[in-house]
Amino acid sequence: MDGAVISTWLAALLTLGIMSFVYKDNLYYKICEAIFIGISAGYWFITYFWDSLYRIAWIGVVHEGRYVLLGGVVLGAMMLMRLFGKIGWIARWPLAFIVGATAGLKMMVYFTTNAMAQIHGTVDDTMVAFGGGDLYDLIGRLVILIGTVTGLIYFYFSKEHKGLFGGVAKVGTWFLMITFGASFGYTVMSRMSLLLGRIEFLLTDWLKLVK
Amino acid sequence: MKRQIPMLILSAVGTLLVVSVFIPSARHWQEDASLYFDIIAVFAFFLGGGNLIRVHAEKVSRKSAGWIYSVVTLLGFGIMLVTGLFKIGNPNGIAGDISQAGSYFQLLFQYVMSPLNSTMYALLAFYVASASYRAFRAKNTEATILLVAAFVILLGRTALGVLLTNWIPAQFSVLQVPNLAIWIMNAPNLAGQRAIMIGISLGVISMSLRLLLGIERSYLGGDN
Repeated sequence: MDGAVISTWLAALLTLGIMSFVYKDNLYYKICEAIFIGISAGYWFITYFWDSLYRIAWIGVVHEGRYVLLGGVVLGAMMLMRLFGKIGWIARWPLAFIVGATAGLKMMVYFTTNAMAQIHGTVDDTMVAFGGGDLYDLIGRLVILIGTVTGLIYFYFSKEHKGLFGGVAKVGTWFLMITFGASFGYTVMSRMSLLLGRIEFLLTDWLKLVK
Repeated sequence: MKRQIPMLILSAVGTLLVVSVFIPSARHWQEDASLYFDIIAVFAFFLGGGNLIRVHAEKVSRKSAGWIYSVVTLLGFGIMLVTGLFKIGNPNGIAGDISQAGSYFQLLFQYVMSPLNSTMYALLAFYVASASYRAFRAKNTEATILLVAAFVILLGRTALGVLLTNWIPAQFSVLQVPNLAIWIMNAPNLAGQRAIMIGISLGVISMSLRLLLGIERSYLGGDN
């Protein structure tokens, strides 16, 4: 028996182990689940170790002389202070750095790519709609305008959703429901496609029932 | 001191990165900050890995319920650590890339982690089916709209959708299920997505401002 056959059998037995949960929670599934937890944790640990600590920090500082990266190593080491009770509060410093940097970066990114770009897109769509084109196109673009505005009104919680304002917010929820329905449909399809992929592996690569 | 310094670090770093957007010569600060993230993440993984070992080793030593699974988890973690750290079986030795074909680390990823990962997510297909049953019981207007949208999208992406509605004449082709699915994606779905995206970005901006101004302090924890 060569390595490829053993590997395929291993993958097939692990696949069946996870699938056995459909019947009920059992020993076979739990062992596969425990393997998954251990292997995944080890995989990400090693990947980050080589990709970040070695490739970015070690090569960056030692081989390329980018001493600015030492700051990251110092902050990372501070993270480990959490393990020592009395000086555990030092671990807040790298945490503060991460939260601060995320806030600073994301604030600008979201402002430009999400808020402004989406408002720009909606205004553009509306201008094009009134600039000509067929009825189908006009309806589509008006739907986008109405849906975006009413959806945003639904998210405005500083005023009680009553009367005309409540009615408009209600229309907004209908548009949001369509969006959630579409996302749900796509999620179902992606999960089904993963399941079909595993079944195909079992029938083709393992059992060789399908050529 | 224990609270003021972190707040100062947060405000200074956040403000500098906001300012760096407007100063071309300072734009590399953003890249440096991303590299710092990656380096700090490794140390966070040290903490996480250490915690995983501690929790499972305690379970094994106390022979708590299900301790045998903890042994399996520790074994899996240990095997991955040893094969990855020492690059066992790597054709290029310790200098080779960890994802090098033929290395034990890569083989474990390909034949153990990858099948387990995709089957775990594939398993969700069964639970999505039962969730669909509950969601698709149209109890009110909102649930009905969600049901119809999801149904049209699903049907529109299958051959059945084409088969059921290809008799509709060309001038009403928008009513054919595949075209209807495309229209839903491009018009009402896009509108909902835009409202959500603008809402999220306004939320992110306000939360970021609260953090930078020191109003939001929950990240510091409750103690002093």
